[in-house]
Amino acid sequence: LVFSVRIPRMAVNLSDPYLPGAISLFEQLDKHLIVVLRDGRKLIGYLRSIDQFANLVLDEVVERTYIQKYYSEISHGILLIRGENVVLAGELDDSIETGQIKVSIDELNRIEQSLEQSNNDVQGGSSSKNDLPLDEPY
Amino acid sequence: QLFFSFFKTLVGKEVIIELKNDLSICGTLHSVDQYLNMKLLDISVTDQDRFPHMLSVKNCFIRGSVVRYVHLPSEHVDTQLLQDATRKEIASNKK
Repeated sequence: LVFSVRIPRMAVNLSDPYLPGAISLFEQLDKHLIVVLRDGRKLIGYLRSIDQFANLVLDEVVERTYIQKYYSEISHGILLIRGENVVLAGELDDSIETGQIKVSIDELNRIEQSLEQSNNDVQGGSSSKNDLPLDEPY
Repeated sequence: QLFFSFFKTLVGKEVIIELKNDLSICGTLHSVDQYLNMKLLDISVTDQDRFPHMLSVKNCFIRGSVVRYVHLPSEHVDTQLLQDATRKEIASNKK
């Protein structure tokens, strides 16, 4: 794999036949990433493998669901993700304190339900479309 | 090929990428490839912190197929140059 490096910015020589579509991901191998999918799911894991379609192999995967500042996780082990479903892959900085609170899945469902109820009370029947549409399938 | 070259001239500049899922991400363009996948450094989520999962993310890779818009700083874009390059590209494609 041949790189041509221009200091200070890494400019990769893309005439190289390998990985033309995923060269930026090459630098993320073995890093802790959050991958956002087209259906709105967020998968967090270590990037083990990539190809030119941005198909990804993630290790130690947890699927995280957020409701406001609360989140819950479901473990999935090792996943192969088809590249067409990937929206973005972000490098997770574990040193950043987010103030987010991890709860159990049941707890998260309860929080979601109580939010929907209070929204229904306030708006007389139509539920607020605050958090959920962002996860709408694309 | 034209826009790939165009984006290569913007590496190092700050851009805002608006995705098809309505997420807008501001960051410095680190790299781009022929599919117009992009990698942004030092990102901040503009418009909405409706997206809490992005809080701990400083760099990200964005797949070209999910981009709706790329907002560019007008001072770094030479529209004359772009127009000329476009004409050349069309001409060379016709051959």
